[in-house]
Order: sequence, then structure tokens, then C-alpha cells
Amino acid sequence: MATYNLTTPLTEEDTRKLKAGDVVNLSGVIYTARDAAHKRLVDLIEAGEELPFDLEGSVIYFVGPTPPKPGDPIGSAGPTTSYRMDSYSPTMLKHGSKGMIGKGKRSQEVKDACVEYGGIYFGATGGAGALLGKKIKSAEVIAYPELGPEAVRRIEVEDFPVTVINDTYGNDLYQMGREQYEVKD
Amino acid sequence: MREIEYSEVVDAVKNMIITTATNLPEDTYDALKEAMEKEKSPVSKEVIRQLLENADIAKNEKRPLCQDTGLAVFFVKVGEDVKIKGGLLKDAINEGTAKGYEEAYLRASTCEPFSRANLKDTLGYNLPAIIHFDIVEGDKIDIEYAAKGGGSENVSRAKVFPPAAGKEGVIEFVKEVISDAGGNPCPPITVGVGIGGTFEKACISSKHALFRDLGTVNEDPEMAELEKIMLDEINKLGIGAMGMGGTKTALAVHIESNPCHIASLPVSVNVQCHSSRHTHITI
Repeated sequence: MATYNLTTPLTEEDTRKLKAGDVVNLSGVIYTARDAAHKRLVDLIEAGEELPFDLEGSVIYFVGPTPPKPGDPIGSAGPTTSYRMDSYSPTMLKHGSKGMIGKGKRSQEVKDACVEYGGIYFGATGGAGALLGKKIKSAEVIAYPELGPEAVRRIEVEDFPVTVINDTYGNDLYQMGREQYEVKD
Repeated sequence: MREIEYSEVVDAVKNMIITTATNLPEDTYDALKEAMEKEKSPVSKEVIRQLLENADIAKNEKRPLCQDTGLAVFFVKVGEDVKIKGGLLKDAINEGTAKGYEEAYLRASTCEPFSRANLKDTLGYNLPAIIHFDIVEGDKIDIEYAAKGGGSENVSRAKVFPPAAGKEGVIEFVKEVISDAGGNPCPPITVGVGIGGTFEKACISSKHALFRDLGTVNEDPEMAELEKIMLDEINKLGIGAMGMGGTKTALAVHIESNPCHIASLPVSVNVQCHSSRHTHITI
């Protein structure tokens, strides 16, 4: 288990050195998108149209934050459960995205896409919304404001703490961790 | 007949919503602290440390503990000798909910099931609240509240077994539900188990079981023993905090049981994430 400080956009050189279980403090610009936004983004990709942001090297955060209090860039902002994005993530990775932040296990298709396209699935601590919200220094809705908490936001993070769950070698921290601590009668 | 002003209920509910969103209850905080001490995996230990730090930040800076500020769920016991003056009790609870969510900048998470349209603009902030009423003796209103998140609700399950399934069948079912859920419901979790009754009674009982304070023991010794066995079995699964592997997958198992039909054994498993935001008032 190693600890890295990485800044977005991520390169394949960045992602290929990471292993499941590594801790990464992420800084730079990342983009938020949940279920409804993913559907729209993938529809645009498939129609060959321009996206609201550059996918190359991008990190997508699966989050629907609380509204900001006056003077704050964002409210509480922890990860949502990722499997709901499983059908969209391989397309995002194929078109240049290099990272996803969420919580909970992913499908085999997503894990395979991480290996093929050099992408990483990071886990952030679910329910640590106050802590993680404070690591976000600015936030701006750049697409689909009508989706409310599900709108696409461009956010700037500083030392945002994440753990590598699925790496580019097919490893899965959820499986590895569970096998290590499972007690079989 | 005692009269309570409509506005008094609205204010009391509003305050419950606001306080609960930012203050992790003491029983939950203590249970997490104990789990951190006992957890064998360093990765899971660090996750729980972040959860405690998160609770401190939320409390001190009045920020929601989690961005999923839940659907508002209430269990309300209404005394037979009490009357609400100036409106309906149900409306007062809904109005208090809407005001609380709006004033504390909580997320509006209620939507239409298929169009997924957020109902904030038509019904008000995060409405309707989910309210379970009961009529009891006396002239008081007892309100239990919990903010129920979606991630842990999504892994919950119910099944009506034949009676022959017995205790073993119920234990296996609980294990299966938690094992399949993995890290999705944000462990370390609390597991509410409704046993007996009818299909819907088991479900409501499993929900209400989650409102019980952590660290309390079931009044029925047989159920208390079953809670211990289930907790032990769940913690052997190795899921750990946020599914990263560890020895503390659940903080507690709470059972509520009811008499049931001679032909059936209904069981419901309702899961609560580590952020067990619940509170209780009497008016």
C-alpha cells in the first residue's frame, strides 16, 4: 500500500502505477455526474456530439451534493453508490476518462474497461459528506442545471482522499479485503 | 382533552430534522468509536477514523453529515386524549419536514418513481414524509424520527418463508442479504430484522428496529440471543468498513418480532448505514 499525491488531468503513466489499496490525495479539477447526467453524456458520445467538458484524463465523481450554505462553494459531498453507473462507465473510459470516484462494487465490464483503457475506480468514504465537502474549493454547474443535485459540476479539489479499488491490472480491493478477513467455519 | 398548537408540532419537527442532519447521535458515535478500537484491518480503521472526524466537522460547522439527507421517516404515537389545534397532525409533520430541509440546506431527495422528477417544486421540500401512526393511551404525542438514506435502503429485502425454515433459515437469509450488499450500504451498518406478523408488518417492524438506540439489548432473551448470533455471523463475512475488508461489518442487529399466521414465517431485513441519524421527542 503506497500513498500518492496526484493532480488532474490524469495520464496513463499516473494510473498504471497505482495498485488496489493505494491511497491517493487528489487535487485539481474533477467533474460530478450521477445517473441522469451519465445517460445524457453517453447519448452525446454515441451521437458524436461535443461534451460539456473534455473527457481526456478526466476524473468523474459520482455525487449529488446538498445545496451550499451562503458563502460556501458546495454543501456536503460524499460519494453515491457506483453500480448504477456501470452501464455508462466503459464508454466514458473508452473515450478518454481516466478515473471514477464512488463507493461500492463495480461490474466485470467496468473492471475490464479499467484494464483496457488505463482507468482507475477510486473509493471515497461514503457518508463522510461534511469532511469531503470541505476538500472542494470551488464548484460550478456546467451542464444540466435542471437536474438539481444531479447536474454536472466542475469542481476543484485539494487533497481529496480516495483509495484505489479497481486498478489497471484487474485487482479489486473489495474482493482482496474481504478474502483476507472472512472467517470460514 | 389536551390541546397542542399546530405550530408547536411544526417547530418541534423542524428542529428534529435540522439537528439530526448535523449531529450524529451519541449512541452511534460511541458504537463507531468502539468499532474503530476493535477493527483489525488498518484500512477499515482509517475509514472509521474519517467517519468520526466527519461527525466532529458536521457538528462544529453545522454541515450535513452526509449529502444523502434521506427521506424523513417518522413513527408517531398519538395519545387518545390529545387534539391538535389549528390543523391536522399529519400536515404539521409534513410542514415541519419541509421547513427543516429547506432552512438547513438539506438535499431534496424525493422524486416521482418513473419520471424521476424531483417533487420539491410541487409538494415542497422532500415531501411527503413517510409517517407511521399508532394510537395509544394518554395525552402526549411521541415522535421518533430518522433520516433514511437510499444506499442502505436499496439493499434491504423481505421474504415470506414456510414455518419449517425456522431460526436457521432466518439467520441464513440475513447473512445472504448482507453478504450480497457488500460495501454498498456504507458499513459498519445496523441491521433491522422484522420477524413474524404479515408481509408488511415484518417490513415495518424491521424499519422500526433501526430506531432503537445502539447498545441496548432486546427485552426478549430469546431475541437478544438471536441478535448476538446474527451479529457474529455478519461480522465473519469480512466485508469491513465501506466494504474494504475487515472485522466490523455491522455495529448491531436489532430484531422486532410479532406473532404470525400458522402457515407463514415472514422476515424482513432493513439496513441502516453507519450514519444512523435518529432522534426521539415527546410533546
